[in-house]
Amino acid sequence: MKTVFVTVGTTSFDELIESITSPETVQALKARGYERLVLQVGRGSLLPAADSCPHVRLQTYRFKDSIAEDIKQADLVVSHAGAGSCLEALGAGKSLLVVVNDKLMNNHQLEMARQLHMDSHLLYCTCSTLTQTLRTMDLSVLQPFLPGQPKNFANFLDKALGVQ
Amino acid sequence: MAVLEGAVFAILLTCLLFIIRLYIVVKTGPNYKPGAKGPVAVLVVAGSGGHTTEILRLMESLSAAYTPRHYVIADTDRMSEEKICTFESSKHLDSESQFTICRIPRSREVHQSWASSVLSTLDALRYSLPLVFRLRPDMVLCNGPGTCVPLCVAGLLLGILGLKKVLLVYVESICRVQTLSLTGKILYPLSDYFFVQWSSLRDKYPKSIFLGRIV
Repeated sequence: MKTVFVTVGTTSFDELIESITSPETVQALKARGYERLVLQVGRGSLLPAADSCPHVRLQTYRFKDSIAEDIKQADLVVSHAGAGSCLEALGAGKSLLVVVNDKLMNNHQLEMARQLHMDSHLLYCTCSTLTQTLRTMDLSVLQPFLPGQPKNFANFLDKALGVQ
Repeated sequence: MAVLEGAVFAILLTCLLFIIRLYIVVKTGPNYKPGAKGPVAVLVVAGSGGHTTEILRLMESLSAAYTPRHYVIADTDRMSEEKICTFESSKHLDSESQFTICRIPRSREVHQSWASSVLSTLDALRYSLPLVFRLRPDMVLCNGPGTCVPLCVAGLLLGILGLKKVLLVYVESICRVQTLSLTGKILYPLSDYFFVQWSSLRDKYPKSIFLGRIV
């Protein structure tokens, strides 16, 4: 069953939860073949009930020790712009749509999401353009995200410090 | 009057000597090769959350020559200790794991004001100085949490006093694409090896080392 996993990290992002569960957006998801929606809502005030969205299987929770399993099971991850969430989803090789909270301007966390968007590793939108983006997005343009190379750091340091 | 003049002169001279020593300590870092003599003792500033995850990725790549490893975490941080213990027990299965975990007060909570940041950093220095003077690491590895600053200052002080050269290795968090973090800005002129993970930062900070993404 094609699944979308929505994550807001440790904060809250009610606007995203509201948008993604709105009838138009659910319709757009259905049209793309997504049938299951898993929401991680953090400290938000919205906790949509399982039966609040007809036509999709909805599951909602606030926090888990690890969201790795939910990411693994998802075909599309919709995330806030937090660096940790973005890296986790990309690291798992998932298609990622980042929804920017425009009420949090100049948040340095946005820097990385914006750069990764420029490098075509993720798609990028706001709550007001979410439905439209889900309708028209082309996931095939996304470039694979190669993991960082800590070995390069280790080799450099070994040389610099004279480690044999 | 002569006594006062003498005192002022003595203070100025001390400050001057201090600055000259600081300059020498920072400038001569690249010539210092602790690895040539044997194991390298590392003080790892773990910070919290994402910082801990990133620094453990770096630690994972380092060989067993980096021993012992002293991890410093903020005393309000519950998650990091668990992550570190899990990491150490999985990585160093064969050899007897040589690591310790040290707790110090967090010097800067997120969203704390500047004035109270300065005060709590000074307060953290009270704990950082004895810790660094006792452990005498060959290098301090850190990547951005506020706790880095007092620990690096303590490391510098060891060098200034001629007790031991402590290499400062700073890796800016991968979140930083266009601007350095506050900790990064403070430690850029003081560190011996300053890594950034995006080319846009390397262009702005010529002294920095860019090897692509390393976490």
